[in-house]
Amino acid sequence: MQKKMWLMIALLLVIPGLLFTLGCQKKAVSQAKAPAAAAAGQPAPAPAPAPAPAPMGKAPADWNITRNNIYFEFDKSTLTPMAQDTLMRHAAWLRENSDVTVTIEGHADERGTNEYNLALGDRRADSSKAFLVDLGIPASRLTTISYGEERPLCMQQNEECWAKNRRGHFVIN
Amino acid sequence: MMQILGDSGEQGASITRRLKLYIFVIGVILITIGPTLCWAEYDVIDITKPFLRKIPIAIPQFKNASESVEEKQLSETAADFLSDTLDFTGYFKILDRGAFLFDPEKNGVTLADINFQNWTVVGAELLITGYYEVKNDSISLELRLFDSFKARRVLGKKYSGSKLNQRSIILRFCSDVIHYLTGSRGIFGSEIAFISNGTGNKEIYSCGFDGYNPRRVTNNNAITLFPAWSTDGKWMAFTSFKAGNPDLYIRNLKQGRETKVSRKGINSTPAWAPGKFELAATMSFSGDSEIYLLTGSGKIIKRLTKSHGIDTTPTWSPDGKKIAFESARSGSAQIYVKDLVSGKVRRLTYEGRKNTQPSWSPRGDKIAYTSEMRGGNNIFVIGLDGQDPVQLTYDSGTNEAASWSPDGSLIAFSSNREGPSRIFVMTAYGTDQRRLLVLAGEQTKPKWSTNYLNIK
Repeated sequence: MQKKMWLMIALLLVIPGLLFTLGCQKKAVSQAKAPAAAAAGQPAPAPAPAPAPAPMGKAPADWNITRNNIYFEFDKSTLTPMAQDTLMRHAAWLRENSDVTVTIEGHADERGTNEYNLALGDRRADSSKAFLVDLGIPASRLTTISYGEERPLCMQQNEECWAKNRRGHFVIN
Repeated sequence: MMQILGDSGEQGASITRRLKLYIFVIGVILITIGPTLCWAEYDVIDITKPFLRKIPIAIPQFKNASESVEEKQLSETAADFLSDTLDFTGYFKILDRGAFLFDPEKNGVTLADINFQNWTVVGAELLITGYYEVKNDSISLELRLFDSFKARRVLGKKYSGSKLNQRSIILRFCSDVIHYLTGSRGIFGSEIAFISNGTGNKEIYSCGFDGYNPRRVTNNNAITLFPAWSTDGKWMAFTSFKAGNPDLYIRNLKQGRETKVSRKGINSTPAWAPGKFELAATMSFSGDSEIYLLTGSGKIIKRLTKSHGIDTTPTWSPDGKKIAFESARSGSAQIYVKDLVSGKVRRLTYEGRKNTQPSWSPRGDKIAYTSEMRGGNNIFVIGLDGQDPVQLTYDSGTNEAASWSPDGSLIAFSSNREGPSRIFVMTAYGTDQRRLLVLAGEQTKPKWSTNYLNIK
């Protein structure tokens, strides 16, 4: 009898939970793209390789690798087309500044646990590094570090803020 | 110093052993003559039973040896602390002192002096009396536990020590009471480590099981996470960014000396193997976060997981033969169990979109974990068969990082139900949820140690 009741309660909680989850994740995705799309001034392009700058092209004259973060979708470490676009500019800049070594920081938003997010940030930094290495940047110039959810840029608890925190950030060593 | 009181012909310490024998003999008789007899005793509390009825217990003020004001004050503090400590376990209903008439100065505290009818009439099934005496800087304290319905004394002990030892004297007696009632030594010799960011950085702190005397353990001036006690309480492993990277540190708590484990990537979520100088931890140097078994000096013994996707947060079965951990191998993070003997891995959780932070009960039969839900995380427990997950926290913000008390009766966790995140404690069935302490900043990630009184 009691077991049945628990099952009912569990179902009552889980079903709306799932419904909400679906709604929620969609929102997260669209929000995630918003800042990056705004920065690049174009709608989300087709999947990689992104058309914008040619892979061996030049970085914009005033390109600042530390000011241009890449952003990730919720609970993902795969690179969005926007992120790939930014990383190509980073690659061009790194080629033009061949004496520079950088650290790629992987960050997560506060949702989920610190344990998981530390691993997630690690994967984000790693996937960014792998992309740059594929573009010909020597791995020796790129170190990675995960901060998980420990260093948020934005402290509010909303999608817009979380999207800003799910980032790969470049620091010049 | 402690001695057993012998005024009713019983020998306190051997009671439990004799009691166990009696229960065994009676049990055999009961099984033989069939289940027609009603057995309504609490001689050994079945703590595996949910929603247990709380035992009404009366703890009047202690009788004092003199009329000294200091003695009275100390004695009242001691009686209140005894009451609070037993209340903390969740096993008792402490009767309000206003609900019974008892003047410790007039009424005696020994078996011969007590009129048990006065206690049964107010519903007190158990009674604790105390006789308190201060001599210079030392105190002596006689404590007795009575079963009022049977009109007999079941425990009697005399303690003496410095005034500064009052807390540990009371805790020792409480440990005896709980041992008598449950067969387990309880939690009173345990500590809870946690993370607090009051200094501006996350650092490890530790306090008594009841939140007593919180103090800072690390002074890293850098993000510090995931405290883990060794079984003997002598070592603490944790992750810190103090050298830049999230590295693993294994610290000898007494000597303060540390071993650093720094591989490329993350070095996180240490968990000591029960009773061993070995620990499981997450490392990502292979390019993917996996769980490894390390020696206490940080050398890799072997890799324990192999899957694409995040594997992290190991927790040991009490026999050390299995680990549970979280893995995103199926897409979203779920709890898995690996049998280290056979090498077999099975998925434990299926309900809920993301289940993380497994914590294996010291009794071995359940795993507590965090389930990500609408409006925040909540704590669940699940049996090892993966059936019937039970939700323990509801409608109260985010609740996470469950850690079992060493006897498996309570669960510590963190919750932001009051705004900032604080450490809370509840029973293993989710009842009696209360905040443990408030410090500057936010407190997260409680980790309950073993019961040191057990080890002494």
